[in-house]
Amino acid sequence: MLKSLRKILAVGLISQTPPAPDESLRTAQALDARIAAVLGRALCIRHVDAGSCNGCELEIQALGNPYYNLEGCNIRFVASPRHADLLLVSGPVAKNMAEPLRRAYAATPDPKRVVALGDCGCTGGVLGQCPSALGSVANVIPVHVAVPGCPPSPMRILQGILTALET
Amino acid sequence: MPLMRWWQRAQSVAGAPGVRELSVGREEWTQVARDVAATGGVLQALWVTGAPAEGAHVYGVYLTDPGGLAVELALPAGDAGPYPGLQELFPAASRLQRAAFDLSGVRSSDPDVRPWLEHAEPYPFTRVDGEGVHEIAVGPVHAGTIEPGHFRFSVVGEKVLRLEAHLGYVHRGLEQRFRELPILAGHRLAARVSGDSAVAFSWAYCQALEGLAGSTIPARAAWLRAVCLELERLANHLGDLGALGNDAGFAFGLAQFSRLKEDLLRATAAAFGQRYLFDVVVPGGVAVDVSSDSARALADVICAVCAESAELRTIYDEHEGVRERFTGAGRLEPQLAAQLGVLGLVGRASGQGRDARRDLPCLPYTKLAVTPIVRRGGDVAARVAVRFDEVQQCGRLLAELLAELPHGECTAALEAPADGAFGIGLIEGWRGPVLVALKAGPAGMVRFCHPHDPSWQNWPALEYAILGNIVPDFPLINKSFNLSYSGVDL
Ligand code: SF4
Repeated sequence: MLKSLRKILAVGLISQTPPAPDESLRTAQALDARIAAVLGRALCIRHVDAGSCNGCELEIQALGNPYYNLEGCNIRFVASPRHADLLLVSGPVAKNMAEPLRRAYAATPDPKRVVALGDCGCTGGVLGQCPSALGSVANVIPVHVAVPGCPPSPMRILQGILTALET
Repeated sequence: MPLMRWWQRAQSVAGAPGVRELSVGREEWTQVARDVAATGGVLQALWVTGAPAEGAHVYGVYLTDPGGLAVELALPAGDAGPYPGLQELFPAASRLQRAAFDLSGVRSSDPDVRPWLEHAEPYPFTRVDGEGVHEIAVGPVHAGTIEPGHFRFSVVGEKVLRLEAHLGYVHRGLEQRFRELPILAGHRLAARVSGDSAVAFSWAYCQALEGLAGSTIPARAAWLRAVCLELERLANHLGDLGALGNDAGFAFGLAQFSRLKEDLLRATAAAFGQRYLFDVVVPGGVAVDVSSDSARALADVICAVCAESAELRTIYDEHEGVRERFTGAGRLEPQLAAQLGVLGLVGRASGQGRDARRDLPCLPYTKLAVTPIVRRGGDVAARVAVRFDEVQQCGRLLAELLAELPHGECTAALEAPADGAFGIGLIEGWRGPVLVALKAGPAGMVRFCHPHDPSWQNWPALEYAILGNIVPDFPLINKSFNLSYSGVDL
């Protein structure tokens, strides 16, 4: 116990300032001001891997490390789409995942936002051209913000999420 | 020793050192398998090329004492009927044969004919009957940030009587996609078979390709590839150690290890321009050279990260709650691990002392004495201990590699190999041995490419390790295996 406390003190505060939203990532119209007010600044995210190589997942996980201070941005990852405001979808959509993805989208209460992640999620990328994949996320459900990169860095992912919240 | 007669008949194969190939008939196919099993060898990979109408080939690769043995069974057109299944000798063969049927239409004699990659709903799970037994279905979309798959638990109260996984949700048709690519461009797709093993897969692909093109990479490229491979191992182990602490109720561990991992990723990006090294290993060498200044800076961060990991290890060891959750959970006895042919770090935590860096070493591992880190406990604690030890091993190897980077070029010119040339790449990734089998096609294209992740062997072992444990311990036990979905869904 003492050792852990000493470690916490020695490391100190390392979290960085969150990035500003980036309009260039937006693919669909901005959030209605009233909806944004309802959502406030507490955002619940449900991640869905629709066919990723798992590289994008590594960066979503990295987003949880102390440098990025997600809690400070009032962002939480939740266990069910029913509790989510935003779906963060990685990968091209594998055929076998099209239905689970549609179901997760349907289960997410309105107003909902979708952020497509990575070159695969945005355009299909390297994996989207495979014969049992359906290409980009937008081919299956509506997408509001698309964050390119293979994989996109945690800062870019956070920027994409914050862009989706802007009115 | 009967295995030796096969080994002596076999020819050396292009690519990974210490691998030979052998063409056999139907009876011999089974006899080789028996002889391998009798001498403690394991099935590393199995796949099928071709189709019933045009004729097909079944391939099995074994890891044996004398080396890697690739066995090929030709099935002529019209007679591509069931080939002898290997599931009785090597349980992991069953799903491989089912997946191979889904991809090629060529059937094995395995009585289990349920589709694996092709999803016909509903999947016929094996039912457990009995008083008070009920089923819990989880997935495909999971509660955490992980890949999709379905788990069906049969439980009494909280106790698990049976677990059956149903995977294939992220099947994208990678093998078919490889066949549409120029052979000199396939490494980018190989790196994305399982992103957490990007270096291992892209190196295995390039090793096969360079072997069948008859070219040798410059020494500097080999050293830099090993730097990348060890960085990938270190990063994944740090991530897992944090997540395992968290799953044992110790959030402090996650905060600390995820910080260390981030430090390492940033130092990696400073040296190589990428956090995850997806596109560093390229045919003929590496795409990025590292200056001596950035090599030194990287070595400093690695040294600091490993020192902190050692410090955190004592905190884990002394934390009673963590120790209690780790010890005895998800035990996979060495005997069962041997029977199931479990590979890589999960195997080493259950007494299976294989490590391709020692057993089938390529440059620079021929110059580095890698001793496999082996435990016999087989529980979560053993898999954690292997990771902690391998972190220190990575630290030592990286220090040595970075201090002694040979000078010179870091790529060599490479021409597309001749049509029909066949090679195998085999690299010990962080999870275990990763294999890529590659055959050149006409006009510089890929005739076939089969990437194989060790998760194929280890998923069935997870289903045994959970037996008798309680459902709430599944996340911890599952994390201690940390298997790939993408890598096996193909
Ligand atoms: S964008 Fe890159 S990292 Fe993300 S899923 Fe696709 S291949 Fe993997």
